[in-house]
Amino acid sequence: MNITELTVKELQEKLRNREVSSVEAAKAYFDKIEKTDGEINAYIRLTQDVAMKQAEEADEALKNGDAKPLTGIPYGMKDNICTKGSITSCASKMLYNFNPPYDAFVTKKMLGQNAVMLGKMNMDEFAMGSTTENSAFKVTKNPRNTACVPGGSSGGSAAAVAANEAAFTLGSDTGGSIRQPAAFCGVVGLKPTYGTVSRNGLVAFASSLDQIGPLTKTVEDAAIVLNAIAGHDPFDSTSVNMKYDDFTLGINDGVKGMTAALPKEYFGEGINPEVKEAVLNAAKAFEKMGVNIEEVSIPAMEYALPAYYVISSSEASSNLARFDGVRYGYRADDYEEMDDLYKNTRSQGFGKEVKRRIMLGSFALSSGYYDAYYKKALQVRTLIINDFNKIFKNHDFIISPVAPTVAYKIGEKTADPVEMYLGDIYTVPVNIAGLPAISMECGKDRGNMPVGMQLIGKAFDEKTIIKAGCAFENYVK
Amino acid sequence: MNMIKDYEMVIGLEVHCELGTKTKIFCGCPTTFGAEPNTQCCPVCMGMPGTLPVLNKKVVEYAIKAGMATNCTIAKYSKQDRKNYFYPDLPKAYQISQYDLPLCEHGWLEIEGENGTKKIGITRIHIEEDAGKLVHVPDKGTMVDCNRCGVPLIEIVSEPDIRSAEEAVAYFKKLRAIILYTGISDCKMQEGSMRCDVNLSVRKKGSDKFGTRTEMKNLNSFTFIQKAIEYEYKRQVEEIEKGGTIIQETRRYDQASGKTYSMRKKEDANDYRYFPDPDLAPIVMPEEKLKELRDSIPQLPDERKKLYTEKYGLTSYDAELITNDMTMADYFEEAASKTSNQKLLANIIISELMKLYDSDEGIINIAPEHLAQIAEMQGTGEINSSVAKKVIKALWEEDCDASEYVKSNNLGQINDEKLLTEYINEAIAKNQKSVEDYKKGKTAAAKAIMGQVMSKTQGRGNPILIDKLLTEALQKLL
Repeated sequence: MNITELTVKELQEKLRNREVSSVEAAKAYFDKIEKTDGEINAYIRLTQDVAMKQAEEADEALKNGDAKPLTGIPYGMKDNICTKGSITSCASKMLYNFNPPYDAFVTKKMLGQNAVMLGKMNMDEFAMGSTTENSAFKVTKNPRNTACVPGGSSGGSAAAVAANEAAFTLGSDTGGSIRQPAAFCGVVGLKPTYGTVSRNGLVAFASSLDQIGPLTKTVEDAAIVLNAIAGHDPFDSTSVNMKYDDFTLGINDGVKGMTAALPKEYFGEGINPEVKEAVLNAAKAFEKMGVNIEEVSIPAMEYALPAYYVISSSEASSNLARFDGVRYGYRADDYEEMDDLYKNTRSQGFGKEVKRRIMLGSFALSSGYYDAYYKKALQVRTLIINDFNKIFKNHDFIISPVAPTVAYKIGEKTADPVEMYLGDIYTVPVNIAGLPAISMECGKDRGNMPVGMQLIGKAFDEKTIIKAGCAFENYVK
Repeated sequence: MNMIKDYEMVIGLEVHCELGTKTKIFCGCPTTFGAEPNTQCCPVCMGMPGTLPVLNKKVVEYAIKAGMATNCTIAKYSKQDRKNYFYPDLPKAYQISQYDLPLCEHGWLEIEGENGTKKIGITRIHIEEDAGKLVHVPDKGTMVDCNRCGVPLIEIVSEPDIRSAEEAVAYFKKLRAIILYTGISDCKMQEGSMRCDVNLSVRKKGSDKFGTRTEMKNLNSFTFIQKAIEYEYKRQVEEIEKGGTIIQETRRYDQASGKTYSMRKKEDANDYRYFPDPDLAPIVMPEEKLKELRDSIPQLPDERKKLYTEKYGLTSYDAELITNDMTMADYFEEAASKTSNQKLLANIIISELMKLYDSDEGIINIAPEHLAQIAEMQGTGEINSSVAKKVIKALWEEDCDASEYVKSNNLGQINDEKLLTEYINEAIAKNQKSVEDYKKGKTAAAKAIMGQVMSKTQGRGNPILIDKLLTEALQKLL
């Protein structure tokens, strides 16, 4: 038995049966990390001491019979989620030494479950990017082909799961940052409905779009982790106050009799033919499972990408303004006046992509431009929400590709930001509408790289896409 | 300046008022004034990465109360926006405020002006968070104190309906009174919990166009408001008369010189890049909550004013002075119930008691029944006004029964005509020059003789009686 190859579900059973101890599991993962992460670079920082202590506590809990679903399960945390006593840098020079005096809501949930944190995952700086190449510290490689990017911004989180360097990881998704790297690395990524998981302690990129979610080996594992992190948090005003059923309930019920939508805009210009074929084949598989597939349209889709970049950059320009070198994090050495302190700190502390978005957002919010950009983008947001609502009146879920291409070569798109942004076209509408979506492998291209399929659900109906995802996994098996 | 009377000033005030909630607007930190620097803050009000604001419901309720007490329309749907700018006392680099959908709009209040009652419009009242404070320490540099970060504020913006420094002060006083009555703030100007920005422009009388305005920030006393306005009005008129133009700018009022100085021109002003705060949900007030709040608003100054003019015969002006301070109004009402001479009581309060009283402290050292005794004694002629004044001063230092005090200090008024006539004759004999003047028709000369008599009685003589007897005596000499 190789511990690091087990799913969360399998490891959970072995821990409960005392076939494996939590300390053993953690050690197995650190051994694996030691072997492969030198090349993959999924981890930005290991938290070995914390992990071993947590593993011992988990074993204690397991022995006492008060184990929770994630007790003793080793996992990785994206580096933009605050962990008290462990540096939370957002892969930025700006926060290279930032040690938060508090835990994020999800961190507390993990602690409450006695899950074992192996370390913090590499990412694009402040979650801005699609390849993890924007990390200020290291470039993560795709375990399926180390010449390729793992996707981003949760590239470290996806690569670690793909490389068996964590049983699961947590990521954040603002415009596809969980789903796209999951697709590129051939793992499962789930972005919950906006408001399902508290953003408290997630260093904000774009507050109205950010959502934390799991990256796992299987859809069932994603449901298990979601069970642990979903729930109302009075300290996040956008957290929805509702009770969630167990997301694993009825997980193998199948999809027979359901209706799924194929939006034609998702298969149009710009999509790689092999990606298109793989996703359409997956749709056919659903048809064979008894799903009624219908082609639909999302007319507002053509405005989604610009609207997304206006909204997310505008919010980011404000959210990232607090990094000024006054209270914590990086501070430039060379300043005389207060204005220089700001200018030099921010010029030196932020990377290129982050600065680009701050400038874009500041411009979009400026007086005289607000109506043409930000306000317009909010109008597009309403149109997109309406389009989705219309589809969900008659359909249980939507089937689409996650990205127009499979993982590409490291360095291939860094020169052209717009080219890079175009890769987000299929994922951003979901964030704009606040919907849940699962990303999972549905085939491979000729280069043997995984092709991602996205299953989009109604708001707060994670259950249906989890069911559909599971059904697809079972079908492929 | 001859031309100054051809101009009029147009003033609008923006008043900031710290709300008296126990905790801050977006976190659970206390709002107590004067604590050690950085002892009343947490990751949320210090804007640490990943932290989120949670709106304190009391802040909304307090602001709505202020709106209701100033006749505003209360928004059924309101939202909070970010005002973005960099400054070290603003940890998030944005202030959460309200931009286009404030909680309260279209209100008004009434002031007593030179020409009677005047209505001043209130454009809007919105909620926002206060910033921290920069403390300049010699040799060490500038330090940031975050205790005030996130203290809840309301900003009350008036219409440009104010036409004089007196009206501005009257408006500010009335607003302060109303807020104090509703109990949502202590309005302590010394501690900066109530402060005022003045927008002022001038124009030729009769014109209906507004001139270019300047803004004077953070005036925190009635005197400064008055003086800053007077200075700035004169400056603007002189500038225009010189053929110059007024520049839209922020000006600082310097207390020492009594002048205003340019701080920031409009073109240097920040573009605040307002946008709706995505961390906070819109504020939606259910009708029953609004009703509950409306029912919780106590009797306001104007209602009491009406009562005082109708029931006690006070002038509107006097009633306004008393009702502008709720402690004083409560005090007046209690004392008024113990004397039949409420009008005199009001006069005593306004001319004597208010000189000793500090409204920020809100403490009156004399028991209301004792002041009522003083009014009663003065009303019946038992003591005269200068003795009344003396007694008030004494009782302010150490309160006691007023009639006892008058008795034991032998301060009763001298109404003995025989004794007073004796004093008068004595004084006439000693002041032949004044008598001669009087004879020449200078009736004012009698005042000097009157003063002598009064001092002979140690201030206790009945002034009306002395005046009568003295006039008779002088008439005889003509």
